[in-house]
Amino acid sequence: MKVALSRRYRFAASHRLHNPKLDAEENRRLYGKCNSPYGHGHNYVVEVTFTGPVEPATGMIANLGELDPFVEREIIEPFDHKYLNEEVAEFRNRVPTTENLAREIFRRLSVFRAAKLERVRIEETSKNSFEFRGD
Amino acid sequence: MIRITRKVEFSAAHLYHNPNFSEEENRRIFGKCNNPHGHGHNYVLEVTIAGEPDPETGMVLDLKELKDILQREIVARMDHRHLNYEVPELAGKVPTCENIAAVIWQLLEPKITQGKLDRVRLYESPDLFADCTGEADGGRAEGAGTTRTTTSASAEPGAIH
Repeated sequence: MKVALSRRYRFAASHRLHNPKLDAEENRRLYGKCNSPYGHGHNYVVEVTFTGPVEPATGMIANLGELDPFVEREIIEPFDHKYLNEEVAEFRNRVPTTENLAREIFRRLSVFRAAKLERVRIEETSKNSFEFRGD
Repeated sequence: MIRITRKVEFSAAHLYHNPNFSEEENRRIFGKCNNPHGHGHNYVLEVTIAGEPDPETGMVLDLKELKDILQREIVARMDHRHLNYEVPELAGKVPTCENIAAVIWQLLEPKITQGKLDRVRLYESPDLFADCTGEADGGRAEGAGTTRTTTSASAEPGAIH
């Protein structure tokens, strides 16, 4: 039997989908209204899943007393109420699609030492979600 | 292969406490979940059964039958109970979401005779849930005798399961 623990976190941020290698017309065609020049925002929900043995002494895969402050430090503080294109170094040269955001969040959380990060799933809106499993 | 999922809810009390830890360690590792009088949650349980639909009935497993199994095996055992004191299957275990999901898996697996138990997902709150699946990962749940070393040493204050 395999047990996994999932936790959901939230942050609100703005972004603009724009590739400087393409001209204005191509950007508009490719990204539609996501290319609006001043950006727009979402309430992102980040669902993270960790696996590993359930420690007999605590009954836990990961202690939320440890995981919550880690995610707060690695994800919420740097991303919440920010303009991702300008304020997160990773996205100065990479389009902050939620696909790329899922990869970046996975990269940041994969160093959590107490359990193995299995999956990051981001709900950009209640209708769209993006998942990355590190592969 | 078709997967069918049935959802049920139950409300129960619990607290986190390991008698092998000192009072101070219990408080440090489990935070407010160690409050001696316990606290409660509205648990939401999603049970998924996988299988091929029977050619005669078109069903993997009659959902009514699954509903009855969940009522008998889980809700009757856990609803409006204190998980630390009133559910023998959890005796001696810290009733975390992980451990409760594993116990639910163990209770349900032998009762599913049509199709196969595929996943047990237990929500303690909308933002916290544990999944139990049949895949082997080299380390079973509780009591597997694993050598993971992230117990009290790495646990920090304020567990809020």
